[in-house]
Amino acid sequence: MAKNDVKLLGVWASPFVMRARISLNIKSVNYEFLEETVGSKSELLLQSNPVHKKVPVLIHGDKPICESLVIVQYIDEVWTSGPSILSTDHYDRAIQRFWAAYLDDKWFPAMRRIRGAQGEERQELVDQVVEGLALLEEAFGKYSKGKAFFGGDQIGFIDIAFGSLLGWLRVTEKLGEVKLLDEAKTPGLVKWAESFCADTAVKSVMPETEKLIEFSKLLMAKMKGAPPPKN
Amino acid sequence: MADEVVLLDFWPSMFGMRVRIALAEKGIKYEYKDEDLRNKSPLLLEMNPIHKKIPVLIHNGKPVCESLIIVQYIDEVWKDRCPLLPIDPYQRAHSRFWADFVDKKVIEVLMKISTTKGEEKEAGKMEFFEIFKILEGELGDKPYFGGGTFGFVDLSLIPYYSWFYAIETIGELNIEAECPKIVAWAKKCLQKETVAKTLPDQKKVYEYVEQMRKKFGND
Repeated sequence: MAKNDVKLLGVWASPFVMRARISLNIKSVNYEFLEETVGSKSELLLQSNPVHKKVPVLIHGDKPICESLVIVQYIDEVWTSGPSILSTDHYDRAIQRFWAAYLDDKWFPAMRRIRGAQGEERQELVDQVVEGLALLEEAFGKYSKGKAFFGGDQIGFIDIAFGSLLGWLRVTEKLGEVKLLDEAKTPGLVKWAESFCADTAVKSVMPETEKLIEFSKLLMAKMKGAPPPKN
Repeated sequence: MADEVVLLDFWPSMFGMRVRIALAEKGIKYEYKDEDLRNKSPLLLEMNPIHKKIPVLIHNGKPVCESLIIVQYIDEVWKDRCPLLPIDPYQRAHSRFWADFVDKKVIEVLMKISTTKGEEKEAGKMEFFEIFKILEGELGDKPYFGGGTFGFVDLSLIPYYSWFYAIETIGELNIEAECPKIVAWAKKCLQKETVAKTLPDQKKVYEYVEQMRKKFGND
């Protein structure tokens, strides 16, 4: 089976799709990006991911792989000639998987809910997210060992899991009028975010915040049933 | 230096059971510490400060948290025997996907069934069967989710079998009637010594759950 027969089903705004794209870029894998139309699901998507019907889906040859972190690990295990995404040390791998799970199970769900929440609930969510960032700052200090990334000199698993969420973090800060990533509280992470976004594997697939903001407004309007804003 | 392995756990926890089965499959000697979750030990709080939850595997003093992460760690460290995940990357991805499905779907629907009433509970019951029918579809005619041998997905799901009596009684449902393949698969897994010795008695789990429900006023 040709290794370069690689397709990725995704949408430009999805942080989970971005994880797959960054990983493929790190490994210098040529792939065909098949953009799904927002609001409808292609036959190929429904066939390749009948269980969740969601992007991203990596199709390697004719085999579909679903769930962003599963895809990233698959990419790491198949394309072994490129730089490693997960550590070769078993304990470090467990730590990397732990933080990715924390981001997906706790941190990101709390952050997503900020904009739709009000009053006490909103404040609790903001506190949770800020607390999480403090934990991540500590983790960054520990694992980067003074280098640019959680993975050291190069982008690794935690960088990909966390960095892919930066776009939506900025959208929440702008539209939610709240400061989450604060240079005064988490200087390491602020610097890391700059390095991450500037990395060659990331630059071309990180959506512009302004575009995400427009997209987010459209989504919120659709959800509320109102006509989309005209600006 | 001999490996020092400690497991912080709680006997009815399905997540803890996954780790116990993995350790048994690999024949690893370890010290088991049952936690009182209403009064968590300083060791647990030190080893899992972020979630403060069991299970936690402490290997030569270093903690590993989150049951499926622990199982993968065990599989990678003690790789010389009894592989739990397949070697082929695509099969591994497939196993991880289904273990993730179990994690995402099953506990949530169990919570719904056991903590709600009326229409919401009925919806929960329907969802439960939908999820298990999807799992039956994935199992197909294979003896195990892993194919010919017991593997990662089997391990991630089988602990829930010890909760079936509790779920059926509280949820007022008949799992075997709706999902006979799953029950047959579970009984097959129970023929394995590692699983049979790990899973607690279903009635014991039910008693524990009832105790908790009375305490938190869910009945």
